[in-house]
This record gives sequence, C-alpha cells and structure tokens, in this order.
Amino acid sequence: MTAIPVPETVPARPMPAPAATRHRFAMYWAAACGGCDIAVLNVDGVLPLVDEHFEVVFWPAVMDAKYADLEAVPDASIDITLFSGSIRNSENEALARLLRRKSRLLVAFGSCAGEGCIPGLANLSPTAAILDASYEGPGVDNPDHLLPQAVWQAPEGELDLPLLSPLLRTLDQVVPVDYSVPGCPPESARIAEVLALVVEALEGRAELPPVGSILGAGHSTVCDECPRTRGVKHITSFRRIQDVVSIDPDLCLLEQGIPCNGPATRDGCAARCPLVGAPCIGCYGPADGVVDYGARLMSAFASVVEAQEPAEIERILDGIADPVGQFYRFSLARSLLGASRAAKIGSVPAGLPPMEGAAT
Amino acid sequence: MSVTAAPRPATADDTAEPAVTTHPTAGAAGVAFEPLLIGFTCNWCSYRAADLAGTARIKYPPNVRLVRLMCAGRLDPTFVLKAFAGGADGVMVTGCWPGDCHYREQNFKGLRRFLLLRRVIAALGIEPARLQLVWASAAEGDRLAHEIGRIVEEVRALGPLKADERLAEPATPVAAVEAAT
Repeated sequence: MTAIPVPETVPARPMPAPAATRHRFAMYWAAACGGCDIAVLNVDGVLPLVDEHFEVVFWPAVMDAKYADLEAVPDASIDITLFSGSIRNSENEALARLLRRKSRLLVAFGSCAGEGCIPGLANLSPTAAILDASYEGPGVDNPDHLLPQAVWQAPEGELDLPLLSPLLRTLDQVVPVDYSVPGCPPESARIAEVLALVVEALEGRAELPPVGSILGAGHSTVCDECPRTRGVKHITSFRRIQDVVSIDPDLCLLEQGIPCNGPATRDGCAARCPLVGAPCIGCYGPADGVVDYGARLMSAFASVVEAQEPAEIERILDGIADPVGQFYRFSLARSLLGASRAAKIGSVPAGLPPMEGAAT
Repeated sequence: MSVTAAPRPATADDTAEPAVTTHPTAGAAGVAFEPLLIGFTCNWCSYRAADLAGTARIKYPPNVRLVRLMCAGRLDPTFVLKAFAGGADGVMVTGCWPGDCHYREQNFKGLRRFLLLRRVIAALGIEPARLQLVWASAAEGDRLAHEIGRIVEEVRALGPLKADERLAEPATPVAAVEAAT
C-alpha cells in the first residue's frame, strides 16, 4: 500500500497541540445506500481506528442522535465529518449546511457525495416521472394514488416532510468541501489511511494536502493498477459481460470487447473488478486532469473502434447498450451537463424519442 | 482552528467552468432567437476553407464561432459537452474528406467520437441535429459557408437549448409536482 503522496507545495498548516480528549468525529448519510457507513464499520480495518482516536458526536447509522443535538454543539467543534450521500431533498441540504457549520473538516465521502453516483441517474428524469415511477410504477400497490405531502395536518399537529429537489446535486455543489474520498464505497484500507493521516494532522505530526484534494486514492487510472496485459486495441464488437462465454484471464478486458471503464477511472481500488474478470464500472470517479468522466471514456472507446465506415461504426457502437449508463453511471450529477434536458426543464422535450433507461 | 478549511484554491475543475454564457438573445422577450454555434475546424482543411470563404467574400451567418484544432481527431468530446453546457445551441465539427487526412486516418477517429457523442447527447435529451459533422477541403470555401448556413437554420428551427434552465430552482414541494401533472 503506497502512502498518500503529499505535494511539497503544501501551505504550512500549524496544528493544534495534542488534545487531552479524543478528536470529535461525525458521519452522515444523505441520499445514500448506507454502504459507506458499512465500509467504515468494517471491523477488520477501520472501526478500531475510529474508536481509538475519535469521540463520535453524530453518526445516525450506528447511534441514536437527534438533529437538535447536532444543532446544539458549538460551530466548528467537530474535527472531521465524513459526509456520504448526495443532496436529493431539503433535509439533505439542511444537514449539509449544518454539518459544514459544525465541522472543521468536511469530507465528501464516497461516490454519492462526490459525484452523485447511482442516485445521480435520477437526473435523467423529470421530478414528476421519478415520483410516478416510485408511487405508481410497476409493482407498486397504491390504489388511492397517494403521494408524499410536504405538509400534513395530523391530530397531534402539523407534520412536514422534506421537499424533493428538482435535480440531485453533489455535496460540493451545495457547500464548500475540504476533501473528497472516492469509491462506491471507498476501500476500507484506503479509509484507514485517510483517518490515520487526519489523526496525524490533528495532532500536529503531519500536514494535510491542499484543500480540494482527493484523499484515499491515486492520481492515475485503474489501468495503471490493473495487471492484465495491454496491447494495441482493435475493437470490432462490444460484448456485454453476460454474453461472454470465456474471458481471457490475462488480457485487457477492453481489448476483449468488454466495455471496461478503467481508462478514465481514478486508481485506488487495486483494480479489484478487472482482477476477477469483471469490467471496471468507474466507482472511483474521474482520474486526475479529467474534466468530464464520460467524455474521457467516450474518447477512449471511440479511439479503439476498428472501423471507418459510418454504418460499420454504428454497428459496433450498438454493442454499448446504454451509453449514459456506461459513461456516467457514477458521475452524471458531476458531469458538464449534469442532468438530462428532460430533468432540467421538467418534461421531455418535444420531438425526442423516450429515453432508454429513464423513467418516463 | 488551524485545520479549518481555507478557501479552496483553483483546481483543474475550475477551468471547466463554461466560458460561454447563455446566448444573450435566447428567450429575451421581443428579440428573435439567434442560435449560437461553436465550430471545431481542422487546421489543414476546413479552417482554411473558412479563410477562403472570407477572401472570396462568400457570406455565411455570423452565428458560428470557429475554434481551430489541428485535426478532427483532436476533438475531445469534452469540448462539445462544454460548448453545450456553456450556452451553445449547436456544435459543428469539421474535418478533411475521408482519405485526405493530414494525419492519415485521424479524421476517422473524429468521426467515431462524433457518432458516439450523438448517441450520448440524444440520451441526455439534446437533439442529435445540434451536433453535426462536415467534411470540407481547404478548397471548399463555398461548401463550408453553405453547410454553416444549413446548420444554423436547422438549429434555429430547433430553438434555444437553454441547458442550465433548472439548475438554480429551489426545492419542489411534492404537492406542487402533483398539481402540475
């Protein structure tokens, strides 16, 4: 495991004297699946570190806490907050702002907070279509066509529910973020590295990299970590992994026609998926220098397609069954376009075919 | 408090901020819509074709802003997405005719990226006709001018893209969404 490189140009950050008590820690889940919390709870690697060095102030996944308790702690009194999940509704946004205020270091933890991740694919659909799919869609038994209401008068008083945001946003699209830790979820060993670095920094024995840095990952691509043999690629057809009878155990998956997102994806996971014959799907997000993850990947895929006739190129491209899912599975909310036009204007533009994969 | 975050220094991502703002006339009341077109042109053919159109005094619509690349194969899909995100209503990519590429076959690389990009923007709700590819040699100033005119009219018919319309909207009460549908 390589140490996280600390650039020599880091501005000097005087660290506080060793604290008499443990450092204060919080973790929150906004629009997330809880996998990031599980990754931190992974007893083998990370939890002992949290327990040894941190006092947990607020962590809804593992202990009871009320938002009022969090509001009551002094501003900037939490040393580090790991914020997992993206901003889907007004509750997520309020907690993002509250935790920003209460935290000295706010970390966008995991792909949802950093890039939108799978929940970000909701940015393909207008709000009304999302609600329709959730409350009227296949498998939903809702004979009275009930929808969640923002405000409800109950006998005991007025109740309210969070408001759905028109578009899903990443944490740093809502509040300033100090660091990001990519991954879906981040690898436990990398989380341990990050927490160890933070402890060292809080105790004045190390310096943190410049604000805005990515922690717990490398600076290159998954391909650089992947032990598979890479040659000159000539793709004459793309194949979905379930259609491949046997996978060459040593050859680059993309070279075998299996769409693998390694060329655009940040390293840090030790190429876990390609190692076991599954293509990289891009959970560690864009590599250094990549402005738009999908664009980088489109560039890489189109370059190795072995055809010059438009009809033949189209036939090969037909093998990528779901282009947005392939190129933006984790990064749609953080991409240059950020969302489909339908989601932005609230309905499907006239004259366009229904979008594949999106709720309509 | 020394660990408290200082303002974030500029990163590579900051340069991704769209340089082009929404077209000034897009949606303005009482002003006819003038589409904004970004054209990525090859140094060896179509950029010179545009020059030729100029010296030959061939007129083409002023809606297009040409950006010179060394080759259609230099077209990074990021350029196209950034143009759309930054307020362009259409994007034109040009290159040398098949077989004439200054770099042998890199214009085919541009062709493949263009065909893949069209699929992706269509899936994101941007009409494929907003992204067009034109082959034009350095001698074809009249052809390039004609194609620019054609694309401008096709994009004009599609109307403004208004890519960022909803990003700044506040959260929607579910009841209001229900009422709107």
